[in-house]
Amino acid sequence: MIFVWAFIVGGIICLIGQILMDVVKLTPAHTMSLLVVAGAILDGFGLYEPLIKFAGAGASVPITSFGNALVHGAMAEAKRDGIIGVVTGIFEVTSAGISAAIVFGFFAALLSRAKG
Amino acid sequence: MANNKKKKLTPTQQQYQELAKRHEPPRPLAKNFVRAFLVGGVICLLGQAIQEVFIRYFHFTEKTAGSPTQAVLILISVVLTAVGLFDRIGQWAGAGTAVPVTGFANSIASAAIEHKSEGYVLGVGGNMFKIAGPVIVFGVFAAFVIGLIKTLITMGG
Repeated sequence: MIFVWAFIVGGIICLIGQILMDVVKLTPAHTMSLLVVAGAILDGFGLYEPLIKFAGAGASVPITSFGNALVHGAMAEAKRDGIIGVVTGIFEVTSAGISAAIVFGFFAALLSRAKG
Repeated sequence: MANNKKKKLTPTQQQYQELAKRHEPPRPLAKNFVRAFLVGGVICLLGQAIQEVFIRYFHFTEKTAGSPTQAVLILISVVLTAVGLFDRIGQWAGAGTAVPVTGFANSIASAAIEHKSEGYVLGVGGNMFKIAGPVIVFGVFAAFVIGLIKTLITMGG
């Protein structure tokens, strides 16, 4: 069942992105920034984690989960170290995504050439 | 916003803007929406499948499986970007490939490859986050503000 919800919820989040680009006529950069901030705010109200529980990768693969993970890292460390933890913990959860993107992206630049 | 911009233009420019607008081909909204939904859904479905593999065979829990799943999706999209396939899929799917973590990976890899000719430090290093930068900047700033507010509330209460 979680596969069905992953498909539907993931599809809907992408649909929202498409609407922001086509109807509200935002640039892709504005759209992505807005979605990330939306994810962070949803997690601020404690609403994103239930969505991940419900839809699995449907909620954790779209870029909104990046905002959610940033808030999560900050809060986890803040619970342990107090207010300083907000700064030191921000990248705790998202480290995998950013590191992977940098490392693989750099390899891609080493190995391939721009086309066209 | 569009009206504010119009006021600064001369009448001739306004006429031209209106003329250009009339001849602008209408965006195929319904088609774009269906494609974004389908492709976005399929990518998340694939993510769910990868996640199940990590949980079943690599002893990750439901909570920790998210990170390696994203890393695998990032690897796939970087490879597709490097061989030039991602752009073709992305053009067809619009936000369907741009909104999932695949779009984030693509924007980093394509910027890195595109600016390779300017050198590794200034070209690749300097431009890698050209497109993905705003996402990180606004994400981190929003997370900081929200984290601060939540911490202050829990400390006070």
